[in-house]
Amino acid sequence: MVPMEYYLVVSTIMMFVGMYGFFTRRNLLAMLISVELILNSVDINFVVFNRYLFPEQLEGFFFAMFAIGVSAAETAVAIAIIINIYRNIRNIQVKNLNEMKN
Amino acid sequence: MNYFQFLDMIPEVSLIAIIMVLFLYDLFTEGKSRRYFQLTACILLGIHLIVNIQPDGYTQLFGGMYQSSPIAHAMKSILTLGTLIVVLQANNWLRRGDTRHKQGEFYMLLLSTLLGMFFMISAGHFLMFFIGLELASVPMACLVAFDKYKQHSAEAGAKYILSALFSSGLMLYGISFIYGTIGTLYFRDIPAGLTGSPLQIMSLVFFFAGLGFKISLVPFHLWTADAYQGAPTTVTSYLSVISKGSAVFVLMMVLVKVFGAMMEQWHPMLYIVIIATITIGNLFAIRQQNLKRFMAFSSISQAGYIVLAVMGGNAIGMTSLAFYVLVYIAANLAAFGVINIIEQKSRGKVDIEDYNGLYQTNPKLCFIMTLALFSLAGIPPFAGFFSKFFVFVSAFNGGNFWLVFIALLNTVISLFYYLKIVKAMYILPNDAPIATIKSDSYTRLSLVICTAGILGFGIFSAIYESLYYFSIVSL
Repeated sequence: MVPMEYYLVVSTIMMFVGMYGFFTRRNLLAMLISVELILNSVDINFVVFNRYLFPEQLEGFFFAMFAIGVSAAETAVAIAIIINIYRNIRNIQVKNLNEMKN
Repeated sequence: MNYFQFLDMIPEVSLIAIIMVLFLYDLFTEGKSRRYFQLTACILLGIHLIVNIQPDGYTQLFGGMYQSSPIAHAMKSILTLGTLIVVLQANNWLRRGDTRHKQGEFYMLLLSTLLGMFFMISAGHFLMFFIGLELASVPMACLVAFDKYKQHSAEAGAKYILSALFSSGLMLYGISFIYGTIGTLYFRDIPAGLTGSPLQIMSLVFFFAGLGFKISLVPFHLWTADAYQGAPTTVTSYLSVISKGSAVFVLMMVLVKVFGAMMEQWHPMLYIVIIATITIGNLFAIRQQNLKRFMAFSSISQAGYIVLAVMGGNAIGMTSLAFYVLVYIAANLAAFGVINIIEQKSRGKVDIEDYNGLYQTNPKLCFIMTLALFSLAGIPPFAGFFSKFFVFVSAFNGGNFWLVFIALLNTVISLFYYLKIVKAMYILPNDAPIATIKSDSYTRLSLVICTAGILGFGIFSAIYESLYYFSIVSL
């Protein structure tokens, strides 16, 4: 069996790649994808902890399933808003979203 | 499984009933019979408030997933009161041409967020907490982006939803390590497994960062100003009081009840964050010209004061937190009510300069605005003074002398910028002030409620005493 640490290394890398992408990408869709990476790394964490450390209960699996569902709903709303921005200004670059600077 | 358990969640069930009634009303009526839609919504929310005003005891349902205590129940009533006021103020905006056909959606989304906050407040498990939080923040993003044809609104919505997603990602990462180290996510079982190991401290920090985004504490506040400015004013007022109040309450519940054993870890963290929040919120508020942006920074610094109550970590802290939220609802919604009505009737004037000489034309609105700002600043006869006082007392009892001192210094700064608006309204001359505004009866009623709250909540000590009693029973 693959040791648990390997999975945790993968999920940690995903988490911080997502964070890096969120702060450096200047396109709304790319930022959304980065955030999805963070959420997926969390799902991996939950499933791995459940499978390796507490196999007698299913709490982690359930949490992962709910997290996937909720993040899908959030992504749907986010994409709807991004489409709305595209309709308004024909662009989804962050640098064009500076209407409200003082 | 016993399905009658659902009936024990009285606030949630009655709120769901309201949502269903309004949904069916919205679906099956058109034309003239829709005239009473808003009246129905207000009356139903009023009934909901009255039915739930008497807190019941401690209930625990679904194997501990859902738990309710008297103070949580009282907090739900406070949030319902705030939502009722917001709904009253929304009336004017919802009658406008471009939003009239979306009235129903507005109420669905607004009440769904409220339902999410209810579940979040009475969660007994991190899964329940997470779902409640998301139910509160996903429809909120739709509300922020509600003005579909205005670029501001969509931009604010995008900023809100992206930071909400990011913060929930951070929070989930923290929760996953809590699960990894303890093996359970029930609030009642977690304290037994807390050892204060580095992994648990890290998960606490991630969790706190995620919740800090929702409360807009300082390192995580960057979305606040833009989202508040771009959102429709009604939604901004809702975002600034209800959503913030519920998140702070949950923060205190989780920190005290779940992470109570790790107090010496979260205490210094909170200490620094509170000082940064109050100071930076105040300093940025001074230089704002747009009134909604100004209120955003003022609400950041107010959030710092509310979190100050968490430092107490006992029943007094819990009481002062709930009381602060109640008073903050009255004061902030009064200010936003005035801003809202002026924005609607004067075609979008929200700059501080536009308010110059307002006293000549709208003395009553000016008077209410002044009361609200005085209460926010914490000037003695008004409720804001008492709420700040109780928060300071609870933090002081916890031994945080310097923290209270810095917070006190900051109230002086806040007085300066709140009075800037008062000065604009009463003293600064203006050749063409905003014309006299005739507000509708809904807005008037909401402003009357808020004013009564500002004047009464502090002096009427029964409110504080009953909140104190509830929190003693609950903690």
